[in-house]
Amino acid sequence: MVEPEGEPWVTLNGVRRPLRSPLLADLVREAGHDPSRPGIAVAVNGEVIPRASWTLRRLERGDEIEVVGAVQGG
Amino acid sequence: MELPEDPWRIAGQTLGSRLLLGSARYPSRQALLDSLAASGAEIVTVAIRRVGVGSSAENLYEVLRERGLKILPNTAGCFTAEDAIRTAELGREALGTEWVKLEVIADEDTLLPDVEGLLLAARALVAKGFTVLPYTNDDPVVCRRLEDLGCAAVMPLGAPIGSGLGIRNPHNIQLIKERAQVPVVVDAGVGTPSDVTVAFELGVDAVLLNSAIARARDPVRMARAMRHAAAAGREGFLAGRIPRKFYAEPSSPMEGRIRT
Repeated sequence: MVEPEGEPWVTLNGVRRPLRSPLLADLVREAGHDPSRPGIAVAVNGEVIPRASWTLRRLERGDEIEVVGAVQGG
Repeated sequence: MELPEDPWRIAGQTLGSRLLLGSARYPSRQALLDSLAASGAEIVTVAIRRVGVGSSAENLYEVLRERGLKILPNTAGCFTAEDAIRTAELGREALGTEWVKLEVIADEDTLLPDVEGLLLAARALVAKGFTVLPYTNDDPVVCRRLEDLGCAAVMPLGAPIGSGLGIRNPHNIQLIKERAQVPVVVDAGVGTPSDVTVAFELGVDAVLLNSAIARARDPVRMARAMRHAAAAGREGFLAGRIPRKFYAEPSSPMEGRIRT
């Protein structure tokens, strides 16, 4: 994928995507999750970001974000 | 028939059911929920995984919470202490619980615990304030180490995960129970209700099972059978079994027999 020079991007659960807003909470919302509902957790570059900080945390080009939740498991 | 009340305590919490259920591999979400109800379990384990757009991950959390179940995140699929610690932290953040079923797996063929990684992760997670419930080998020495590190219970396997082979080393399970100050939960290997009964006859506090119910032809019926099996084994343990003898001992009196 050829991008314009300087176009910010991040990876979300291993998939590269453009960074439209620098705020983590916006990315969580873009990914289809309501940041106010419990049940998910977010890590940025391997560091777990507490829910209360999602609206403050600014993302940078190349950040690796994981959004995880509970699935059926033993 | 009413089953007798027989509460137990783990990590400061009193529970009425001595069965813990895994939530994996059910034929449907409904089969899972019906089986949970039929088993009477109050604790259900979940895995922590990436969630996609529009996924039902939040639903599972909410559905289980609505039913009053305590959700226990696991670190299944982690092969290093580092991955297990990170997964535990994500589970704590996602589900709002300090409890974690700690698994550090050695290899994909046996899914046996990697004891070195397990002890490392247990130490780190206890220090971070987690209530650590470690899945471990049926090794009394390792169980003692885990308890010394501050784990809230020990969860020795009966047999490899998903194998349905039952309690392969009852002597070790009994040794673990006799030496432990924390609750002992047999985790993994159960195949049948009689396996559950055997575990409780050995004196363990609880049994965690998943595949034996989820993969049964009729999971809900098997869940109910497991509930009865748990009560039978537990009652048998409390009642005190007779000693094993090498030779027969007549149960009818030998005196007063007729002469011919």
